Amino acid sequence: MRVLVCVKRVPAPGAKINITADGQDVDAAHLGFTVSPHEECGVEEAVQLVEKHGGEATVLTLGPGDADEQLRYAASLGVQQAVLLQTDGTPWDPQATARAITTAIVDLESENGEPFDLVLFGNESADSGGFQVGVRVAHALERPMVNAIKGIELDLDNASVTAKREIDGGREIYEMATPAVLGVKEGINLPRYPTMRGRLASKKVEVKVVEVDPETGDQTRVTLQQPPEQVSNTVHLGDGPAAASAVVDVLDELGVL
Amino acid sequence: MSDFPTSAKVVVIGAGIVGNCLVGHLSDLGWTDMVLIDKGPLPNPGGSTGHASNFIFPVDHNKEMALLGVQSANQYRDMDRSVDSGGIEVARTEERMQELTRRMTSATAWGVDAKLVTPAEVKELVPFINEDVILGGFYCPTVSVVDSLDTGTIMRTKAQDAGDLQVFANTEVLDVLTEDIPVPGKTKVTGVVTDRGTIECEYVVVACGVWSNRVANMAGAYIPLVPAVHQMADVGPMDVLAETNTEIAYPIVRDMDTFCYERQAAGSMEVGSYGHRAILHHPDEIPSNEEAALSPTEMPFTQDDFDPQMETAIELMDMLGDAEIKYAINGLLSLTPDAMPCLGEVPEVSNLWSAAAVWVKEGPGMAQVVAEWMTYGYPRVIDPHASDVSRFYQDEKSDEHIWARADEHFIKTYGIVHPSEQWNSRRDLKVSSLKAQTDAAGAYYYTARVWERPHWYETNADLVERYGLSEREAEWDNRWWSPIIDAEHMNLRENAGMIDLTAFQIMDLTGPGAVAFAEYLSVNKVDKPVGTSTYTPWLTPDGGFHSDLTMLRLGEEHIRVVTGAFDGGRDEHWIKTYMPQDGSVTFQNRTEDFVTIGLWGPNAPAILGKLTDADLTQEGSPYGSVRSIQVAGVDVDIFRISYVGDTGWEIYIPWADAPAVWDAIAEAGQEYGCRPTGAGVYSVGGRLEKGYRLMGAELESEYNPVEAGLARPKVKAADFIGKEAYLKAREEGPAALVCTLKIDDQTDSQGQKRFIQAGNAPILTVDGERILDSHGRCSVVTTAGNGPSYGAYLCMGYLPVEMAEIGNEFKIMYMNELYPATVVATTGSAFDPDDSRLKA
Repeated sequence: MRVLVCVKRVPAPGAKINITADGQDVDAAHLGFTVSPHEECGVEEAVQLVEKHGGEATVLTLGPGDADEQLRYAASLGVQQAVLLQTDGTPWDPQATARAITTAIVDLESENGEPFDLVLFGNESADSGGFQVGVRVAHALERPMVNAIKGIELDLDNASVTAKREIDGGREIYEMATPAVLGVKEGINLPRYPTMRGRLASKKVEVKVVEVDPETGDQTRVTLQQPPEQVSNTVHLGDGPAAASAVVDVLDELGVL
Repeated sequence: MSDFPTSAKVVVIGAGIVGNCLVGHLSDLGWTDMVLIDKGPLPNPGGSTGHASNFIFPVDHNKEMALLGVQSANQYRDMDRSVDSGGIEVARTEERMQELTRRMTSATAWGVDAKLVTPAEVKELVPFINEDVILGGFYCPTVSVVDSLDTGTIMRTKAQDAGDLQVFANTEVLDVLTEDIPVPGKTKVTGVVTDRGTIECEYVVVACGVWSNRVANMAGAYIPLVPAVHQMADVGPMDVLAETNTEIAYPIVRDMDTFCYERQAAGSMEVGSYGHRAILHHPDEIPSNEEAALSPTEMPFTQDDFDPQMETAIELMDMLGDAEIKYAINGLLSLTPDAMPCLGEVPEVSNLWSAAAVWVKEGPGMAQVVAEWMTYGYPRVIDPHASDVSRFYQDEKSDEHIWARADEHFIKTYGIVHPSEQWNSRRDLKVSSLKAQTDAAGAYYYTARVWERPHWYETNADLVERYGLSEREAEWDNRWWSPIIDAEHMNLRENAGMIDLTAFQIMDLTGPGAVAFAEYLSVNKVDKPVGTSTYTPWLTPDGGFHSDLTMLRLGEEHIRVVTGAFDGGRDEHWIKTYMPQDGSVTFQNRTEDFVTIGLWGPNAPAILGKLTDADLTQEGSPYGSVRSIQVAGVDVDIFRISYVGDTGWEIYIPWADAPAVWDAIAEAGQEYGCRPTGAGVYSVGGRLEKGYRLMGAELESEYNPVEAGLARPKVKAADFIGKEAYLKAREEGPAALVCTLKIDDQTDSQGQKRFIQAGNAPILTVDGERILDSHGRCSVVTTAGNGPSYGAYLCMGYLPVEMAEIGNEFKIMYMNELYPATVVATTGSAFDPDDSRLKA
């Protein structure tokens, strides 16, 4: 079994994110970096598929050299191979990104002599949220693709995969032939944290670096703008058991009791 | 919340452990009308307190750090915000095992319960440790884990409840206001500008941790510290920890040789490191509360720096390897250029106080120090000279210096640091005009803060053979030492030595009020004829030692203050704190106008006599006198005084002329056996044989002149700082006396001859019991060193007055072994007690 999971290096959430003076980029001075929660679940799913079916998981990203950090993080969780499509750090649009990833997948599959049974994407990236790259890659590879997946059952014997997603009032279940592409959604699993041994092992993983030429897509960035600050009012209801009656009052007011 | 105030008596900036405890202590001491502000939210505004590991190892080789650690631990206990988890420092190397014997010695000195344990005993205490990688451990059952946020809240709330304090969170300081005062280089604080308004006030205290220097800079002052990363990772859960169902059940393990610790945090283990590269940040690089994902001082983890620590941590505790890393930060804390805190009033701005570079483990105690200092004019709980923010010279306040030194000493946080260890970085900041001469003589330099001082001269190696001296057997005792020091000592006593004393700090007080002001600073009478001198303590208001120095009466309206390089900053600050502001006194720092050469030894008069026509007899140049004469054609002042016990002079020479005078003395001294002689003789051996005290060693604010043997028969009529307390001390008599002891047998259990290294070795009864005087002060060695002319290894220290008798026997602990010692002098000299050599 071979599974590929694609991730994207993005600023870690939880803090005010500043924009550079020219409005073209995020000011990374105080930021840590991560991948989107969907992609974290994608990595976890890839690791669990290997644990269940054997085989090998590969993580791939398109980004600057620093994205090595995100690849090794995935490796520290149990992913065996890592591929970096290295850019100069300038943002790529979904079209160009999908083209580069498609080419890389074709090359990797050609080197391996067989296709990936599954290619996993996060449902959408945490920064630009375009919902496009996975679909574009699947289309280019002429493979079936479903987004917003919250459950995966792989049937290697029959070369098929069952994928589930939630809809209003129920769920949809898709059955597809593999190789297939899936967009994974947060909630499909509870991603593990790396262990110390996992981290140390990840340092030994050789990251395959592929230089990619800058491509221009049809989508260009005009400017980034800071959204207006959300003002939230917090009321301190009290400490410990003494706060109980105030909490009850609030719940009562909200009509949830 | 109350309206934002426009005035207050005191504004404290920073609501971390230090600011909170400070307002609590100030309230207890009677202060009212205080305002505490912080730019972050409460109870965790986002400074270092919020992510601290919160444990206290109460043993430290440094007296201030050790005693304030214990003091702080007790304050946490008193508030019931502390658990005694116990703690073990484990050793992986023989060198560390030796260091653990030093820890035992310090534990004994400060009265902290501790014992050395075998790997098997460590395993019993910490069942999940791999005992195969350790050689032993140092176990301290009173290591405690505290709740610093809750403690801060209690202290702050106490002051609020007493009606003494208003608190404003989410309030950022934009400026600190000052006004000019008629004191050179100094202003006075008048208020604080915040994003919610301006508060006029009399006092401002900067207690804002890693941001402190930036806030001090707003007022034109410096609190020399740099925010530095301490990496921490929380890994878990692990069954063995979770099963304890408590915050901490197992002793904290400090894996000293890997610069790492493991501390249980409920079901997880917190692994902290001081073993990575020094990662320093400018305060402007710290994110705001809004920009920080966790908090401003919990910066993104740089994993690569931590990887080597993980490997060694897994070696020690295998279970850590498979636990998940759930939280990992580059936590910021404060580092200073000399690894000591910044406490006290800043020298640049009157009433602007620093309570910074303080960690959780000393927070409550150091807050008490600052509160007492503001209240009584000097702290009562401990002598703060090593933490006093005024100790820094200007060269020590630059970012370049702070960063270089912090970079150098970060790795020493868990390091094995010899008491005489010298800095590698930022050397040659202040060098004498004699440097070409001292370089040519093979000087081996030590630093006295920024000043380079020859400690011995390699060209004197021939004297080692002449006097039959040798290296010391134990490497530790021999480190930062040379037998040349003893050789130079013997030669000075036999012939003469010339000593580069350029590092002397020289300050002039002039004007119609100069003498009266000098009198007010000094215990001993300064208003004496021109050409005389006064060796005198300057006391704190409570009558303890602030300074110990000489004052020269150079003119009717001219007093020259001469003090040591370690105390120049503090003494200048003391002068400027008390000097009259009516224009009657002018202050001038003359340090870099003069070079001082010391010339001492039985041949000193003959040597100097070759270079001058002046009368150098005891009549023409009596002891304590200052004479302006010509030496080798250069106008100099000669001051007949001695800190080594042999006759001779301090010669004060205009900076540029000093090389010529040095060369002339060297040439004239050749036939008399005069050699360049280092500070090893001047500051240790020579003075020790004579029992001469040193500020910061024998002389601290906890002791008074009666106990130091420096009380004169009469008390002058004029008023002076500390007079009332001094009169009381004279009336009550001493509780302890400074004594000199000789080591009767230096042989250790391995048959090696050992040499107690400077500082804080406990002096015990012959039965090995700790000695406390009636004020609770423990007897420790204040100075240790060889007395080659006396013929014994000597130690100074205070003994309770009833024990301070010549011939009384004691034991001194060194590296956890006891060495017999006998009192050979009480306040006097072991060598030449009649001072016959001085009078020669």
